[in-house]
Amino acid sequence: MRVGFSSLILSLAMALLAACPAHAVEPDEVLQDPAFEARARTISEGLRCLVCQNQSIDDSEAPLAKDLRLLVRERLKAGDSNEQIVDFIVTRYGEFVLLKPRFEPHTLVLWLATPAGFLAALLIIALAYRRRMAEATNPPPLSVAERRKLKRLIGDG
Amino acid sequence: MARRCQGERRGAASQGELEEHESREMIAETGHYALILALGVAIVQMVLPLVGARIRDQQLMAVAGPAAQLQFLLIAIAFIALMTAHITSDFSVENVWRNSAVAKPLLYKISGVWGNHEGSMVLWVLILALFGAAVAIFGTNLPYQLKGNVLAVQASIAAAFLLFIVTTSNPFVRLDPAPFDGQGLNPVLQDPALAFHPPFLYTGYVGFSMAFSFAIAALIDGRIDAAWARWVRPWTLAAWMCLTLGIAMGSWWAYYELGWGGFWFWDPVENASFMPWLAGTALLHSAVVMEKRDALKVWTILLAIITFSLSLMGTFLVRSGVLTSVHAFAIDPARGIFILAIMGVFIGGALALFAWRAPLLAQGGLFAPISREGSLVLNNLLLTTACAAVFVGTLYPLALEALTGDKISVGAPFFNLTFAPLIVPLIVAVPFGPLLAWKRGDLLAAAQRLMAAACLALAAIVLVLAFRQRGPWLAPLGIGLGIWLIAGAVTELVYRVKLFDASWSEARRRLRSLPRSAYGTALAHAGLGIVVIGIVATTAWRSEAILAMKPGQTASIAGYTLTFKGVAPRQGPNYRERVALLEVTRNGEEVTELTPSKREFTLEKSGTTEAGIHPNWRGDLYAVLGDQLKDGGAYSIRLYFNPLVRLIWLGALVMFIGGAVSLSDRRLRVGAPRRAQTKATPVPAAE
Repeated sequence: MRVGFSSLILSLAMALLAACPAHAVEPDEVLQDPAFEARARTISEGLRCLVCQNQSIDDSEAPLAKDLRLLVRERLKAGDSNEQIVDFIVTRYGEFVLLKPRFEPHTLVLWLATPAGFLAALLIIALAYRRRMAEATNPPPLSVAERRKLKRLIGDG
Repeated sequence: MARRCQGERRGAASQGELEEHESREMIAETGHYALILALGVAIVQMVLPLVGARIRDQQLMAVAGPAAQLQFLLIAIAFIALMTAHITSDFSVENVWRNSAVAKPLLYKISGVWGNHEGSMVLWVLILALFGAAVAIFGTNLPYQLKGNVLAVQASIAAAFLLFIVTTSNPFVRLDPAPFDGQGLNPVLQDPALAFHPPFLYTGYVGFSMAFSFAIAALIDGRIDAAWARWVRPWTLAAWMCLTLGIAMGSWWAYYELGWGGFWFWDPVENASFMPWLAGTALLHSAVVMEKRDALKVWTILLAIITFSLSLMGTFLVRSGVLTSVHAFAIDPARGIFILAIMGVFIGGALALFAWRAPLLAQGGLFAPISREGSLVLNNLLLTTACAAVFVGTLYPLALEALTGDKISVGAPFFNLTFAPLIVPLIVAVPFGPLLAWKRGDLLAAAQRLMAAACLALAAIVLVLAFRQRGPWLAPLGIGLGIWLIAGAVTELVYRVKLFDASWSEARRRLRSLPRSAYGTALAHAGLGIVVIGIVATTAWRSEAILAMKPGQTASIAGYTLTFKGVAPRQGPNYRERVALLEVTRNGEEVTELTPSKREFTLEKSGTTEAGIHPNWRGDLYAVLGDQLKDGGAYSIRLYFNPLVRLIWLGALVMFIGGAVSLSDRRLRVGAPRRAQTKATPVPAAE
């Protein structure tokens, strides 16, 4: 419980380090074939360590992360494609394991909020600009009070 | 609360010991008392000026100034009392017992004051009160009513947080009997950069409260003018500078402490500080438009509210434990609910007030889409949308889990994908802004002036493409963007001093008479360019070697040859460490020795990894010691070469300096028109 309420930095530290020091890939895990190893690293960077906060399995020292890294490498050697491996791990551990959520109904808002917000803001700016320009070129009719004041100033004429 | 003197328990203690003990006891109680008094003063400072403003009683409004100073004094007493308890290791104070230990070095006894929840909240209100006192002291030329309202709003924030501290997070809770030694501070916090990271970060967070208070005061008044912006800008700038430095320090710490040379993780806690920075940067720019052109008033007010709301939200996210998990929050929600309530009242209240009063504010000057104002609107559009992207990515998983129970993760790949498309156009646009005229600018003329900068950027891209051996295709473009920003900043200065149009002496005269804010802008924009180059280079071209090394073996990376000499134990003040020795040579010449280590903190029973780093202009050689492998003899050792990584923090420092230069200009100008109206006071020659 103390973890949750610790200081700003403490949480940062907890999130990044205390739970699982970032030590990542061990020398004995590295695959002989550099092309395979590169693919393994790409895949691991997108997979989340399940017991740490916001750390990919590529950066985590947790035993579970190590198991996942070995699993990725095993599947690679067995000849699976990157997508097949990720699918395999998602079916086993759930979508929680993906650091980049898939575009699905329940992540619709997540993916679309930013572009939608951008377009909405653009629209608001355009409308505000048009209104201001219209007001500047044809000023709004005088209010009753203003008309009365004008009348008083220039007389009934 | 157990506050009985523990001296009674130790009946045999000598008179002197007892007296010393009692004076120590007094210190914590004085701090506690001062904190509660500060709450009372804050309530007075909140209520009286507002009532005074209603019934037009100047004396009531005038209470705000002295009250703000007294409130600061009281919170300072409380803070010093807590710090004294930490320095003297008074374990009868629970907070000290939980977060300190006798053997801890003095620096970390001091930084331990804010290295925990309760203490950091006291620091939070201390900085808040400091800003309030500064307005009371330096705001002599502020309109009476505005000053009273600002201080009242400021006091309402202080009152809310003081109440929060006193009721849920009291740092002066006592223990009886007092333990002999404390539990120690989390080892990862025992680090010089992290010791000073929170004060800067908080000064940034809390500094935005000034913009907020001025915005609310303006809404209460229903009046806002260019003088308002002139007042708000220096405070916002100072807050922005501190936040910039605070974030940079945190990132630097992560770089050398977390053991693999990453500098930014898109972690929710980092995002919590990054969002106010993005909104604050937008606010700085829109306040310029308001000050110079009396336009974008309503938007600037809203942005001031949003910026501080994000600071409050950052405090909530970090303090409530909601980030660890939604469940952690639900189990012990007292603090979280309290901050949530504070957030609700202030953000909701401010937005309601905005909706009600903003239409009253007079519209300002007109401008064409292509103009300095237009460019700053684009800046605001992109920065606030980028901020929204971070906001959604940080909060969506929490909201989804709370609503449906579905757990998803949103990590770096998401943020890179949504953030970059907004920031890249912004970077392309930055050099254009200062070259456009107010009201109606000439894009073509600005583009012509930027030809040289564009050529430099292109040359950089071609050069990098030619020498590039690996790394992503986009990386050279990123380097080009960084050069573009730096060259663009220089271009602006060149044209402002008419370096090529006028004589050399004329240019020199202009160079000297150029307002400091112009230099500040150029420096800040160039600093951003430096950061961009650092980020792109180290992300794209870092090299890595993961090795199992036995003593005597060598390895090579980025042209360096490293010889592993072995691992030796070493005793620190409050830890034991195993230090590896790596001799580094380059082309047969000795360069340096790297000593990465693994520390084990005896008391805290946890460890840290200390990287061995050899900084140099090309980049950092970075070594990390891992565990001894099972087959005996060999150690797991990681070597990295992080090209140009120092530019990230150097650039942040340049941005900070740019802010400081601009601030030195502002200070001279604040309130100038008013002073001119009254009596001509002799102003010392400043430049």
